[in-house]
Amino acid sequence: MVPLAHILALSAVLFVTGVAGFIVRRNVITIFMCIELMLNAVNLAFVGFSRYLPNLDGQLFVFFVIVVAAAEAAVGLAIIVALYRNRNSLTIDDIASMKM
Amino acid sequence: MAALFYISAAVAVIAAVSVILQRTPVYSALSLIVVLCALAVVYLLLGAEFIAMLQIIVYAGAIMVLFVLVIMLLNAGREQPAWRESRMARWLGVPLLAAFLLGVLLVVWRQFPRVPAPAPLDSGPAAIGHLLFRAYVLPFEVTSVLILVAILGAVVLAKKQL
Repeated sequence: MVPLAHILALSAVLFVTGVAGFIVRRNVITIFMCIELMLNAVNLAFVGFSRYLPNLDGQLFVFFVIVVAAAEAAVGLAIIVALYRNRNSLTIDDIASMKM
Repeated sequence: MAALFYISAAVAVIAAVSVILQRTPVYSALSLIVVLCALAVVYLLLGAEFIAMLQIIVYAGAIMVLFVLVIMLLNAGREQPAWRESRMARWLGVPLLAAFLLGVLLVVWRQFPRVPAPAPLDSGPAAIGHLLFRAYVLPFEVTSVLILVAILGAVVLAKKQL
């Protein structure tokens, strides 16, 4: 069986990859996808701990994280659509200012 | 069995790097779907069957479809060339993140000794359901209200005249 350290290492690598993409990329949708990558890294850590404690609550938390991620994706993408209608650009440099 | 974990982990890492490095958003979305499926395989290996199926059906099958739909709706073509990216984020942020990753890996390596895993719990839908509707019934009801609010918010935000 795989040691817990390896599972957490994979989770850390995925999370840091998500953060790197979040701070480097300019397209709003790609940035949003890096947020989802970070959420998945955390889900993996939850499932790993749930297996090794062992405690089923970790998998419950993953359930709630997936549900909240779905709601967040819906609202976030609606915001992006509304933003694109207003600013006509998907680059966060153009969306950075709150001026009309 | 363990070999399958390492293969899935390698696929997940390569696909995650592809998510952040692709120039076209659609390729990033497809790479993210690969990450989600690789993680679903890992969940199955860890004995979390319900969560693995949930991941494939909800995360890869609904959320990512929504992403691809919005990418195609807004016609998000090729990204801006690299010179518009922030130099500080690229030359200062990424090395600092690599250092942070090394620190986290060091802590994880020291903290969690190589003990074998205990016997897996019963983690089918019945066991999750028992937990969900008894101990965690309040968060469950709150998330259904959350989904309702998200629906309302998305409908309002997508109107022609805000």
